[in-house]
Amino acid sequence: MLRCKTTGMTLNEKQSSAGATTPGALTGIRVCDFCGQLAGAGAAKWLAAFGAEVIRIEDPTREGRWDILRGIAPFVDERRGINLGGGFNNHNTEKYGVTIDVRGKRGKEMLTEIIRQSDCVTENFAAGVLERWGFGYEALKAIKPDIIYVSNCGFGHLGPYRAFKTWGPIVQAVSGLTFASGLPDEPPAGWGYSYMDHTGGYYMVMAILLALLHKKRTGEGQWVDLACTEAALSLNGPALLDWTVNNRPSRRDGQPDSNHSLSPPMAPHAIYPCEGDDEWVAIACRGEADWAALAGLIGEAWTADPSFGSLQGRMANQEALDRFVGAWTASRDKFGIQRQLRAANIPCSAVQKPEERVERDPDTAGLWPKVRHKEMGEVRVDGIPARFSKTPWRIARSAPCLGEHNEEVFERLLGLSADDVALLRAEKVV
Amino acid sequence: MSALKGYRILELANERIAFAGKLLADMGADVILIEPPGGDPSRDYPPFVDDRPGVDRSLWWWHYHTSKRGVVLDLDKEEDRERFKALVASADMVLESEPGSRLADLGLDYEDLCKVREDLIHVSLTPFGRGSANANVPVTDLTIMAGAGPVWNCGYDDHSLPPIRGGGNQGYHTGCHFAVMSALTALFYRAGSGEGQFIDVSMHGASNVTTEAGSYAWLVANQTVRRQTGRHASVEPTGQTQMRCKDGRWVNTGVPPRYPVEFARMLDWLNELGLAEEFPEAVFLEMGAALDGQINLSKIGVDEEIAAIFGAGRAALVLIAENVSAYDFFIGCQSRGLAVGVIYSPEEAFEDEHFKARGFQVGVRHEDMGKTFRYPGAPYKLPASPWAISRRAPKLGEHDAEILGAPRG
Repeated sequence: MLRCKTTGMTLNEKQSSAGATTPGALTGIRVCDFCGQLAGAGAAKWLAAFGAEVIRIEDPTREGRWDILRGIAPFVDERRGINLGGGFNNHNTEKYGVTIDVRGKRGKEMLTEIIRQSDCVTENFAAGVLERWGFGYEALKAIKPDIIYVSNCGFGHLGPYRAFKTWGPIVQAVSGLTFASGLPDEPPAGWGYSYMDHTGGYYMVMAILLALLHKKRTGEGQWVDLACTEAALSLNGPALLDWTVNNRPSRRDGQPDSNHSLSPPMAPHAIYPCEGDDEWVAIACRGEADWAALAGLIGEAWTADPSFGSLQGRMANQEALDRFVGAWTASRDKFGIQRQLRAANIPCSAVQKPEERVERDPDTAGLWPKVRHKEMGEVRVDGIPARFSKTPWRIARSAPCLGEHNEEVFERLLGLSADDVALLRAEKVV
Repeated sequence: MSALKGYRILELANERIAFAGKLLADMGADVILIEPPGGDPSRDYPPFVDDRPGVDRSLWWWHYHTSKRGVVLDLDKEEDRERFKALVASADMVLESEPGSRLADLGLDYEDLCKVREDLIHVSLTPFGRGSANANVPVTDLTIMAGAGPVWNCGYDDHSLPPIRGGGNQGYHTGCHFAVMSALTALFYRAGSGEGQFIDVSMHGASNVTTEAGSYAWLVANQTVRRQTGRHASVEPTGQTQMRCKDGRWVNTGVPPRYPVEFARMLDWLNELGLAEEFPEAVFLEMGAALDGQINLSKIGVDEEIAAIFGAGRAALVLIAENVSAYDFFIGCQSRGLAVGVIYSPEEAFEDEHFKARGFQVGVRHEDMGKTFRYPGAPYKLPASPWAISRRAPKLGEHDAEILGAPRG
């Protein structure tokens, strides 16, 4: 029989004496974390980067595969395996990783003790999974009365669709974001990545921090029910008010047309072809001054056409305008256009490819910290685009390999001995 | 009690920071929006109530400034700079997206303001971050998203069509999400330490780390993803995931059936719809239903039987989609365990029963018009410290007297 106990020790002590010279904004916070994929893991990544102890609980019987990113591309080389998924490493830096089979009695005991020592429990399972394991909100409260429990799933834990399954593209489809992205008379272009996995994670961070602030001031915990689809729907604000106030739907002729801009009205405002293979530039003229400057740079007779002489005219004749501008850009280098237009104070950006913005863009310097991973070696990951003067973020440790911190966490937090942990491993409890 | 009740935040009006202020104000912070004389330019952004322009009629304005109060200050004038500093003394946080060195030139940057309020949190959200060589480069949502990665990922299989900026000012939103996460992190730290700080958030950086494999396929493997219609940009092309249903509307089909029970349910559904007769691959659905465990996707390329079963699952989805509406397809698939999404327009999502049942539609009183309008509701549910729109967006100078005291000369 196990004797888990509350040791009162922390995990980060070792870490901070090993290098951190500044305080972490969230030092002292401990998160019992079931998050996976990006929508959940991305949230806990923020907390860990600011010094929270995030303990990822993974399932030893399925080798942690409830997070499919553990074992899928991109890979650093030809090796494959559950510790080698590049996305997983990207989203799980600075976290501790343990394995516990929470279906069994001893696993439940261990999990209970970790929860007792945590400020938050976070998960992004389908609604009801944690409850079926015996760790729904009521059970969590019984373990720790002021616990903060944040669940993040596609449709939330309440409402007629609560049992429905989602991932990023489904969330984007159902919330209006996919529809709102594309050219008129074409299928929806949607989002070429899970914008709402990233952004659902951002809302999860906000929810956790809001709940932590509330607890700090009142001592009270709570269950935050975050539905990614709802967070996504809230990102269509002005279009929704145009519907509720003016009865004007987004599903109408000529829409969506998301490379153009109606609010505020701007023209030209689009993405134009440039010299080379699949090279593009974005140009946005905010008003008459930008347009006059652009017309001056282009210097061709069509720019003096009276139909382009006012914003109203340019909006009404945008198709012709785009053809002319596109013909001018097509034989030019995108970065050359960017330089030229920016010098004339016109908003303009090359459509940057991954290599261009990661390797050659001075404005992303410092944004891609390097971590050293036990099996992958040195890898760069997404950093955080915010500089804090007192409490900078820190991303130096890689994502944990499966069960990497079992000994450290179970010995330091639960007071188990090395022999205990070896036995638990042998019996596949961890 | 609202989570941020009692915190005062000063927001210097700017379209790039507006959403951050809203997110904090809707959680109970006392956000005071500071506009220049004549108002912020975004008051002129359409659409307008009843399509009639007016300084207090922009729905863009209405949405992004809920729960805030508003005052007018001319920061180019000494007396209003003093008024501003007096407000800073009473504030916990400043939110701003001022261009270049404007605040430093005015003597109102963090170095100046923290002398007025020592534990101030100052969140600056600028296009490329403070100190960038591009600090004075003008940007819009379009140019931010083009330079930072999202646009490269989005568009169509046909690469003669331009890549696409996703709609709804999401480049601005992403910058604001990072501003709010930063603001809350700093507030939590201050609650324990008593220390404020300066936080420099880059919009360009924010979207750069919000592109999924667009960034990390390069970081990990020096691979470049390429855009595809309605699905993830990818290093290697992947299969279509959007289909047009009988009513002309689109769905995202997610991952086709892989589990025996899913094949069985597809077959049942075809039977219910009377379509099994015209579906020659039905036999493969039966074989799929009899499989021992889920399909191993890596075998699709090598095992003809597995390929036929997987193909039949996809073909069944196509046939059903051709015969039902997008909504019925969505509900039919989801109730059979398949993660499928109807591609709603924003207003269709807003009127959907699920979001209504969750209370997403909230009424906001516009007492000046004698009307209550429906607004989009909470992005998250915090029952102990709830989200709420406490008031409609402020009219120009509406709270001058209330906040600044004596009427202005």
